[in-house]
Amino acid sequence: MAVVPVPTKPPFWHDPRIRALIFQIIILVAVFAFFFYIFGNALHNLEKRGISTGFDFLSTEAGFGIIQTLIEYNESSTYGHTFVVGLLNTILVSALGIAFATLLGFIIGIARLSHNWLVAKLAAAYIEIFRNIPLLLQIFFWYFVVLRALPSPRQSWAFGDLAFLNIRGLYLPLPELEFSFIWVAFFLVLVFVWAKRPVFYFALLLVLPLFWLAPWDVPQLKGFNFQGGITVIPELMALLIALSIYTAAFIAEIVRSGIQGVNYGQTEAAQALGLRQSHTLRLVIIPQAMRIIIPPLTSQYLNLTKNSSLATAIGYPDLVAVFAGTTLNQTGQAVEVIAMTMAVYLTLSLSISLLMNWYNRKMMLVER
Amino acid sequence: MAGWLRKNLFSSFFNTILTFFSLYLLYLIIPPIVLWAFVNADWFGESRDACTSGGACWVFINVRFGQFMYGFYPPDEYWRVNLAFILLVFLIIALLIDNFPKKGWLSVFTLLGYPLIAFFLFYGGVFGLEVVETNQWGGLMLTLILATIGIVLSLPLGILLALGRRADNMPIVKSLCIVFIEFWRGVPLITVLFMASVMLPLFLPEGVNFDKLLRAVIGIVLFESAYMAEVVRGGLQSIDKGQYEAAEALGFGYWKSTRLIILPQALKLVIPGIVNTFIGLFKDTTLVLIIGLFDLLAVVQAAFTDPHWLAYGVEGYVFVAVVYWIFCFSMSRYSQHLERR
Repeated sequence: MAVVPVPTKPPFWHDPRIRALIFQIIILVAVFAFFFYIFGNALHNLEKRGISTGFDFLSTEAGFGIIQTLIEYNESSTYGHTFVVGLLNTILVSALGIAFATLLGFIIGIARLSHNWLVAKLAAAYIEIFRNIPLLLQIFFWYFVVLRALPSPRQSWAFGDLAFLNIRGLYLPLPELEFSFIWVAFFLVLVFVWAKRPVFYFALLLVLPLFWLAPWDVPQLKGFNFQGGITVIPELMALLIALSIYTAAFIAEIVRSGIQGVNYGQTEAAQALGLRQSHTLRLVIIPQAMRIIIPPLTSQYLNLTKNSSLATAIGYPDLVAVFAGTTLNQTGQAVEVIAMTMAVYLTLSLSISLLMNWYNRKMMLVER
Repeated sequence: MAGWLRKNLFSSFFNTILTFFSLYLLYLIIPPIVLWAFVNADWFGESRDACTSGGACWVFINVRFGQFMYGFYPPDEYWRVNLAFILLVFLIIALLIDNFPKKGWLSVFTLLGYPLIAFFLFYGGVFGLEVVETNQWGGLMLTLILATIGIVLSLPLGILLALGRRADNMPIVKSLCIVFIEFWRGVPLITVLFMASVMLPLFLPEGVNFDKLLRAVIGIVLFESAYMAEVVRGGLQSIDKGQYEAAEALGFGYWKSTRLIILPQALKLVIPGIVNTFIGLFKDTTLVLIIGLFDLLAVVQAAFTDPHWLAYGVEGYVFVAVVYWIFCFSMSRYSQHLERR
């Protein structure tokens, strides 16, 4: 009678689950040890340099001025205020940059697909030139070369005696409206955006004249410079122009591939249904192309927001410049300052990508 | 010819307007640039006195060319830098040729052996080569060094991170990788460089200090590896499940199947993505000027703050732009060529 060999259990270290567990424990311990080590070093080094730790510095007086502030700020404000001012400046340049880059990018992207050979080639040249030159170089070029070549305030370029451009910046008129009034108008527009299209135009027609009727604060040359209106400082202009032109090149490529990504059968089907050219584009192609365009477009928006931190190279007072720059140099609290700065960008990035995932899911459901 | 013109430029009234508008735009842009950069330009000379024609003063670039290429590297030692880059060019050409013999070993040498040789050529200190401290490195040389080290180190790190992110049987490793990747992708490179230059010294034990260049490299590699990981992950995701199953059926373990079956296919798929990441990295190396390193852009900018060459900023910027453009454009063409294949 043959002896059936009893299958021996393999030794436990050959069990993949146990291996995975052990490996993970080792990694976890290593990571903790690493952080413990650098944390200990950091505490020791900070103590030796006499730098206090903690976030108390946020309520001490900053003692420096900032050239562009959206909220009230002066030298006696705290570092906490500095942080908010920098954050608002970052948001301002990012929001404006996103608007301009999207507009320019869509125009160039559609021009790239134009049936007109010359227009298509010009758009292609634009894309290839601007996306292959470092953004920082483009910012420097606009700031140090182009904007420095503008005339002095007395020889300003005037645009219909309302807006003026000179080496100190761009001076725009500002409607003198009650603050609450602006909000009511904004709210009205917002309400009508959700309504049907004709109603929306009607609402715009109602609101726009109010802006015209309001008294305008027009900048005027007084002494050596302009007073009144709003001033766009050259740092902001250079940063905005460079960011928009650079990002627009990428957005144009996204728009092009999005439109090309829509099956040509869709165009043919629309034509077979007797839709006009403009209707085909607006009702058939664009909605489908948007589904392809939106995800990479968002990552371009994120890139633009992160790239706005290059502001520090030309002295635009964004978050990195005033907080991770000046504040860090004055307080020496590198860990807290850098951590707060990074946390802001992380929050922005993560919230936008969450929003995007939600949007993507919503778009997916529409699909059959 | 006439047919082509009618079809592509004058097919409708609107199209004709567009064509004339484009022609007008070209007329506004091209002639002044050609006049400035070529017709009225001065090319040769020793100082700004040679610039008399009113156009571009390329003399500035000509005179400072050595500095733009090598930074403050001692001119007598330029040959070392040249030698290292010529060697690199040969290696890359050999790697790009489709059926070059012993390609595997050659790529291992390029990734592991070559960096050592290059480092000793640049830094010196062996075989009687004079030591050149890293603060003398600069110009295009520094740009290329940063970009090359960035890609060579971030690729393997990125592969490991991508594998970790897909390790479903190891939730802790997976979440650590996700946190790492999303963290570095969520912050701007400037803050990473700031962190590397001000926070890194705090994290090191007392007395240990990293060189400024090394700190920048650490920041760039951490930042770039997260982007690389996402590119590689894309490749891993597109590998058919059957490939994993087939490898398992052959009795391959995890590392063996990853090394021999999965990665070769996945990496081949994402080469265009890697090249694109590299182009981004190459442009981003300009940011090191903010933490005080003298890359190509910083050297050129420093050169025209020299009172002798004040007011030649445009020439300097145009020169840097052209250099970057040639590099980036040719790389993007190469990646498009790969995608089409």
